[in-house]
Amino acid sequence: MENGNIIECKKLNKWYSGVHALKDFNLSIKKNSVVGLIGDNGAGKSTLIKILSGAHKADSGHVFFEGNEVKFRSTKEAMNLGIETIYQYSALIPEMSIARNIFIGREQISYKIGSLGIMKRTEMDTAAMDALNDVELHLRSPETPVNQLSGGERQGVVIARAMYFKSKLLILDEPTNHLSVKETNKVLRFVEGLKKQGVTSIFITHNLSHIFPIADHLCVMARGEKISDMEKKDTTIEELTDLLVNG
Amino acid sequence: MSNKLSIKSLLVRTEISTLIMFIIIMIGFYLVNERFLSPRNIRIVMGITPEYIIVAIGIAILMISGEFDLSVGSVFALVPMSIVQLTHQGVPPWIAIALGLMIGMIVGFVNGFITLRFGIPSFIATLGMLYIARSLTTVATGGFPPSFPHILPNELFVFQFELFRASLYWALLVAVILGIMLHRSNIGNWIYATGGDKSAAASMGIKTGNVKMFCFILCGFLAGFAGMIQTFRLEAPLPTQGYLLELESIAAAVIGGVSLFGGIGTVFGAMLGAILIRFLESGIIMARIDAEWFRAGLGSLIIISVVVNTYISRRATTLGQNKSEE
Repeated sequence: MENGNIIECKKLNKWYSGVHALKDFNLSIKKNSVVGLIGDNGAGKSTLIKILSGAHKADSGHVFFEGNEVKFRSTKEAMNLGIETIYQYSALIPEMSIARNIFIGREQISYKIGSLGIMKRTEMDTAAMDALNDVELHLRSPETPVNQLSGGERQGVVIARAMYFKSKLLILDEPTNHLSVKETNKVLRFVEGLKKQGVTSIFITHNLSHIFPIADHLCVMARGEKISDMEKKDTTIEELTDLLVNG
Repeated sequence: MSNKLSIKSLLVRTEISTLIMFIIIMIGFYLVNERFLSPRNIRIVMGITPEYIIVAIGIAILMISGEFDLSVGSVFALVPMSIVQLTHQGVPPWIAIALGLMIGMIVGFVNGFITLRFGIPSFIATLGMLYIARSLTTVATGGFPPSFPHILPNELFVFQFELFRASLYWALLVAVILGIMLHRSNIGNWIYATGGDKSAAASMGIKTGNVKMFCFILCGFLAGFAGMIQTFRLEAPLPTQGYLLELESIAAAVIGGVSLFGGIGTVFGAMLGAILIRFLESGIIMARIDAEWFRAGLGSLIIISVVVNTYISRRATTLGQNKSEE
């Protein structure tokens, strides 16, 4: 089933204690595109990404990744296939350096004893800087602790980390929440950078003005259903706003 | 990177502020009594310090992983008492030492198991163990402190060289090995990550429970090893040995820049904290101040260090925030 889609969902359903959170949900996402997934709170966006990232299981329906059906039992399984999820509160350790953060749990080591060893710090530092440059994030030093970075830069580090470990699909869950306008623009630039490197991204937000300029494809959700699924060229920000507000 | 920036980044490292404090205190006491830095006094102070360094390093690593151990003072007595009693029972010395140290590790394991399995604060789990291990030590004496069996190889651990005892070199060996582990190896990375933000670390695939368990066991082992050195030095196994040591070790770690909330600290800092406390004690005596003032001095030092470290870490975070508002 090679049709240029990196991921496809067919008739996904999910109930949470009687609430039908996702109703017969279908979605196809083309390789190397930026997809804006928009909807108000409770629209089912989070449910959908939890299923795609392996955190939850759908009650019924199918997910195909690169043409093969997948049933994830954990986020680790999804990560191993190249699906990485970035949450609004970034998974970084504030006191640790950028380089150490990028390599948490996947350190490059020498003098191995089992899975333990001495970290190759020079290699890790260089790789970290390269990874940051790849997402157009230019920071002074890989030794800088993450708590000295701005919110947008932190998201950049997380994106760089996902990139470095060769993610194919990046799911960004409201990555611009709580960020200033300037910082939001930085994150949007990182996402544009991802596309240049051939990575597909799903950008979840309820702020249409953030995603519209950079998206190729926009999907609007409400009450667990898809109410619109369009290429950007076929729609306008006004039309989508209307859909978002009036369902 | 400009020079100015690297000095700034050096100053926001907490163990550097400990070092500055250390130098100030050393100079201060020296000015009061110049015999404070005489070889004789250094020899006396550094003769007793190694034990404290070893315990402080164990506590520091555990605190960096985000947990506490209040039972180290009791383990510090239980392990050497076990070694001595096992030797009296006819167990060969080296096997007695191995078994004794294993008891320290088992106590660490139990601390970790209770904390992690039942999800209770390590403060409580190890507070319980503080009493249990102390009680076991007293029971093991069988009523009165046993004599020290001289077949134990104590000279290997405490032999007095010209200036320093062998125990100092053991402490330095521990510091170097664990310093490399904490600061250079991947397990060190996991320890910092676990203590810095447990859920973020777990989301990156770190088995945070295993990391903490390792630190608990290591801490128990080091407390026992240090206790053994003290008994070997005094050649007297006392059931009261290490009384209140748990608080002093936490104090040493905190003075050395280890955060109570985990994720921050260094082996060097903890070592410096332990040395500083011992020199503070000696300095107060040498300055002919009533020795009872030692605790007041230690108390002030703890408060000053934490205030300074909190200020430093706020400064570091403000650097980041200012940048995002630019």
